[in-house]
Amino acid sequence: MSFSSEQRVVSTRLAKRKMRHVSEKIIETLLFLSAAASILITVGVVYILVRESVLFFQHVSIVDFLTDTQWTPLFDDAHFGIVVLLSGTIVSSLVALGVAIPVGTVVALYLSEFAPSRTRNIIKPTLELLSGIPTVVFGYFALLFITPLLQSVFPELPGFNLLSAGIMMGIMIMPLIVSISEDAIRAVPMNLREGSYAMGATRLQTAIRVVIPASISGITASYILGISRALGETMIVSIAAGMQPNFTWNPIEPAATMTAYIVQVALGDLPHGSIGYQTIFATGLTLMLSTLLFNILGFWMQHKHRERY
Amino acid sequence: MVTSPITRSQISPTSLPQKAKVQDFSFYYGDFCALKNITMPLCEHRVTALIGPSGCGKSTLLRAFNRMHDLYPGNRYEGEIVLYPDNTNLLDHRVDPIEVRMRLSMVFQKPNPFPKSIYENVAYGLRVRGVKKRALLDDAIEEALTQAALWEEVKHRLRHMAFTLSGGQQQRLCIARALATQPEILLFDEPTSALDPIATAHIEERIHALKDQVTILIVTHNMQQAARVSDLTAYMYLGELVEFGYTDEIFIKPKEKRTEDYITGRFS
Amino acid sequence: MSLQKIDTKIRADITRRKRLDQWFSLLGLFALIICVLTIVILLVDMCYDGWERLRPEFFSNFPSRHASRAGILSAWVGSALVMLVTFFVSAPLGVATGVWFEEYAPRHWIRHLLEININNLAGIPSIVYGLLALGLFVHTFGLGQSIFTAGLTLSLLVLPVVIVATREAIRSIPTAMREGAYALGASHWQVVWDHVLPYSMPGILTGIILGMSRAIGETAPIITIGALTFIAFLPPAPWTDTWPYMHFEWLNAPFTVMPIQIFNWTSRPEAAFQKNAAAASVVLVTMTLLMNGFSIWLRNRLRKNLKW
Repeated sequence: MSFSSEQRVVSTRLAKRKMRHVSEKIIETLLFLSAAASILITVGVVYILVRESVLFFQHVSIVDFLTDTQWTPLFDDAHFGIVVLLSGTIVSSLVALGVAIPVGTVVALYLSEFAPSRTRNIIKPTLELLSGIPTVVFGYFALLFITPLLQSVFPELPGFNLLSAGIMMGIMIMPLIVSISEDAIRAVPMNLREGSYAMGATRLQTAIRVVIPASISGITASYILGISRALGETMIVSIAAGMQPNFTWNPIEPAATMTAYIVQVALGDLPHGSIGYQTIFATGLTLMLSTLLFNILGFWMQHKHRERY
Repeated sequence: MVTSPITRSQISPTSLPQKAKVQDFSFYYGDFCALKNITMPLCEHRVTALIGPSGCGKSTLLRAFNRMHDLYPGNRYEGEIVLYPDNTNLLDHRVDPIEVRMRLSMVFQKPNPFPKSIYENVAYGLRVRGVKKRALLDDAIEEALTQAALWEEVKHRLRHMAFTLSGGQQQRLCIARALATQPEILLFDEPTSALDPIATAHIEERIHALKDQVTILIVTHNMQQAARVSDLTAYMYLGELVEFGYTDEIFIKPKEKRTEDYITGRFS
Repeated sequence: MSLQKIDTKIRADITRRKRLDQWFSLLGLFALIICVLTIVILLVDMCYDGWERLRPEFFSNFPSRHASRAGILSAWVGSALVMLVTFFVSAPLGVATGVWFEEYAPRHWIRHLLEININNLAGIPSIVYGLLALGLFVHTFGLGQSIFTAGLTLSLLVLPVVIVATREAIRSIPTAMREGAYALGASHWQVVWDHVLPYSMPGILTGIILGMSRAIGETAPIITIGALTFIAFLPPAPWTDTWPYMHFEWLNAPFTVMPIQIFNWTSRPEAAFQKNAAAASVVLVTMTLLMNGFSIWLRNRLRKNLKW
């Protein structure tokens, strides 16, 4: 084989070149359509929630929805006060965060600043595996393990209660907070720490006075994502807190969250188009807006975090 | 065809048979002008070296030949690089960069064999051109590996992964890969800067042997390498072509003071 | 004299601070141990409770009113079929989207919008996807309360995971590989098909399997679309005896899945059913952990030949 420059077969492949251009363009378009399909999902969610809620709000005024203190959509004298369900969601989430945030932060700090790297290398994957346990199994734990445990200490505790659900949720959310906070803490450059150690500070002082302030937006971002997770959690509260709407701020009582209510309705048999059917979409819309708020907040904080150094 | 050594007393470099010509070529990264009005011939069946300090634009010029800059947004070409004998301007936006890359091949600074077998590495250029017949591929691959002085070392392990080869062997594999498609010009971007001296010597010896068959343009920051390997040298500084001529002229008696400063090591 | 006093003061301060330091270290270790221990205890308790049910008949029996005879046959078959649909919907769509972002997307506001949108999708509670499925898939599109609807819904959950995994995997390919391929005259799609996709396959597969291990445990969206909780029959098998040996009737069948079976048994007051719930949970958790472990093993195995 020789290397003659007559091997310019390219100019004779004009037709093939055009074909290749066309087929490349087709492929590019197909790939773009796949990416654009993700917009359709968001559009779908917004559309269905809004459409059914609009139908709902034709029967129920928004003022009533936001201020009524009873939630009895299926009674003859129906009341639609979302605050009832909101109270369940808020109480269970507060309990969960009351467990997850302190414990998660302490563990994250410990793993990053105190623990030997061997410990960290074993614990981090373990926590990730634990966060993969299905929530229905956590619900099982909450009802059949935590509640009896708590009842042995507080005998008056009802079988369904927000406390057990909240505690279990907290344990479930904790790996998320540990993971994100720990990443944020580790991202603080070593020379910031060295400056503090060089002045004779202990690890704890350095951690509290230097490292945490430097990584605070990453840590708060993890909290906010945890809040978002807690608000949207369904199975743990459905199983362990019961599905009876109950307007209360007391975690020892049973109550339904927004998510548990949707499950209760779905388990039953509501005809499509009835007011009962529409309530789940109005509830879903409320849930969606709450989590969206916190997601945006969390995303903004993580963005701020990236601009630090 | 063996070329006899040419010295300054004979033909001027611009009247040697040319494979390509860079004509008033300027290149912009966004607003920044990286190459300013370069005019330079690329002589056929010769090795031309581009030398100069870091940032002078020699790699930028080399990568313009095979339209590598098209892969990244925000770049602009002005002027021409004309390929002979069909007078195609390689930089023309109507010319498909893929076609340009089918006529020119490149060997990169750090050996970059694909994470595939040795056979598949060399075969890739041919597969891209639609060559499917096993017999044709086998012949072409053997030829290319022989040209790269690698055949004897790998002929019994063509199916092994390319990363099992040493650094120098990997670079020769990349040369074989570039040769398999019978390019008209072979572009080398600092091909030995990541290799040890023995591997470097092998590569330089290959470059010398290959120039009879293909025109070679090599970028190097190692002046001694340029002196050893090339027939013609272009010295660049801050995006401009300062001087172009026969290698021994440039190194023994450069015309420009800037060239002399660089050659004598006043800066690097 | 006064120098000694300062020394003692400083030394006392140092000792105090160091003691605080050690207390916190102990606290951190304690918290860590409590967390890990809690979950381990829960898992062990679950295994203990469910142990007597984990017999072969458990896997081949239908659910029944008699707890000791109830099994998870319809549940795990349903889960497997739903996962099949989820895979075939979310994998191609997710990989194609990831490829578009990394290889083709221009710096345009549309790209930003799509990126923000996908980040947002990952944060939507799974029950909202269930509402979307109920309103649109089940009723408006008329797909009914079927395996197909369930698979489609879970694909929505898995999609962001696959997209992110694909993008990360593609980004880890060094530019030198791409440039080497382009320099040989390959077209854009040839570079993607011959190099980008094969080299990013380990990361992509890991992402897909991890996404699916999440989906297999999802209960809320499946309940919302109305999967029945007492199914004592199997969907029609996908294969038949006659040409073309395959049919798609099973996509339309009613069904149940593992997490729903667990939910159903957990909600029964009888202690006997709780044992079933425990056993089924053991199976589900094992499936999840196996899938996670498999994805990691697969990635390591496939990465062996990817050296650059």
